[in-house]
Amino acid sequence: MSAVELLQTKFPEEVVEVVEFRGDTTVVVKPGRIVEICQTLRDDPDLSFRYLSMIAGLDHLPQSPRFGLVYNLYSHKNHDRITLKTYLSSDTNPVIDSVTPVWNTANWHEREIFDLMGIRFHGHPDLRRILMPADWVGHPQRKDYPLRGK
Amino acid sequence: MNQAGTMPRTETMLLNVGPQHPSTHGVLRVLVELDGELIVRADPDIGYLHRGIEKMCEYRTYHKCLPLMNRLDYLAGEVNNLGFCLAVEKLLGVEIPKRAQYIRVMLAEFTRIASHLFWLGTHGHDLGAMTPLFYAFREREKVMDLCEMVAGARMFPLYLRIGGLAADLPEGFLPAAWEFVKTFPERWHDYDNLLTKNEIWLARTKDVGVMTRDEVLDWGWSGPMARGSGVDWDLRRDNPYSSYEEFEFEVPLGVNGDTFHRYWVRMREMLQSNRIIAQALEKIEQTPPGDIKCADPRVSLPPKERVYTEIEALIHHFLIIQEGIKPPQGEVYQAIEAPKGEMGFFVVSDGGPQPFRVKVRAPSFVVLASLDKLSRGRLLADMIALIGTMDIVLADVDR
Repeated sequence: MSAVELLQTKFPEEVVEVVEFRGDTTVVVKPGRIVEICQTLRDDPDLSFRYLSMIAGLDHLPQSPRFGLVYNLYSHKNHDRITLKTYLSSDTNPVIDSVTPVWNTANWHEREIFDLMGIRFHGHPDLRRILMPADWVGHPQRKDYPLRGK
Repeated sequence: MNQAGTMPRTETMLLNVGPQHPSTHGVLRVLVELDGELIVRADPDIGYLHRGIEKMCEYRTYHKCLPLMNRLDYLAGEVNNLGFCLAVEKLLGVEIPKRAQYIRVMLAEFTRIASHLFWLGTHGHDLGAMTPLFYAFREREKVMDLCEMVAGARMFPLYLRIGGLAADLPEGFLPAAWEFVKTFPERWHDYDNLLTKNEIWLARTKDVGVMTRDEVLDWGWSGPMARGSGVDWDLRRDNPYSSYEEFEFEVPLGVNGDTFHRYWVRMREMLQSNRIIAQALEKIEQTPPGDIKCADPRVSLPPKERVYTEIEALIHHFLIIQEGIKPPQGEVYQAIEAPKGEMGFFVVSDGGPQPFRVKVRAPSFVVLASLDKLSRGRLLADMIALIGTMDIVLADVDR
């Protein structure tokens, strides 16, 4: 069973859309059960997506939903990649569950997104700024943040 | 016990390492909590070199992003550009000529050797071995000279273009490259002799910073860091790009996952890179000179003589210069095997001439996150070995 089929069978309510573009498979899911989805992909013995390549934050201002997250997963078993994409429900107070319990490497990726995008991760063990100074105001990667400071 | 019958009180000490310290490889600051000489907690404080490269990309055309990408992992500038060019080419859906692909492979492998040599020299230096630095930099200098030949710059060669290369190889490059390839294995033995059986080196690196295979995957390690623990994974072999599938090479693996095995993996990787370069040079010699750009007029500038004689070519030239390349709407992720591990570029296009979003998956950033885990309970001196074995470049960590 492919990753897409598995997600469609186990989480029929969560999968919104499957996009194929230039050989990359992206599964758009709802944000609510992201941790369960990631855990399923990691623990399935055939798929074995045990490696989180990266998490990227997206800001689609002025569209709504404004904030999106992209999880790029890799399976060493099948040498296969899958991208999970989710859009957050709130444009003003974006928050999602942390996947740090699933992969330790998510810790710094989520800190970076919190720092630069202002998305909060519920259940993250150590959610602080990472690249910007601790007393920085604003989130530089947001689209309404000017390139040359305020 | 003192007279009151209680144990003397001990306190941990907070030590600031960096950001300006020779063994932190740039501007890394680590706040270390020490119990005597043992590390209780190590908290890397990064961001001193954060230039907002991902943000800056959103304000310039795709081609103008290339100089920024050079400055990610500045020890391997060409490899970063290769990753970004491949990502944009994937977005555009163009294929570039074989000659350009082979030249890219050759440069990527030269850069890998240069990066590994830099790591070897500084890693050895950090742990008290002064001599390897001089030997390693001797050959690195030769690679820098080759970079200078093709691009005019040593550290930041800007030779790759989206859709191909800036120019064909200059005269005299191939003999100089062959000269390097033929002498390198012999030079390699100089480093090998100095370190591999050196007792001090073994004492400082064996069983330091051990990672099991499961931990490696959990912490997102890639490249030589993962292979040191026996994770048999190389993007060049398993998800080939830029015609790597046509090359023969081995993927060196470690077993113990300690600092020594990672050293040994990188050492052997240099010889494999040398092998790939030799094959690439042969392939380059078999391809027609000048065939270095894809023919797609949306991507590559037309030849000058056509620009002056044909209106269509003039328009294409004008559009690329004035507006820039416009990839179709969509998003791609392209990962390459950089010297430091998986270097990934996630590029989102909204159809305009500037990227909507560029996310760089920097191998150094991911690896540095595990410094705390690795150094807990170890001596402070081991942390220096750990920073060395991670082969981080702070420009890559901070972006």
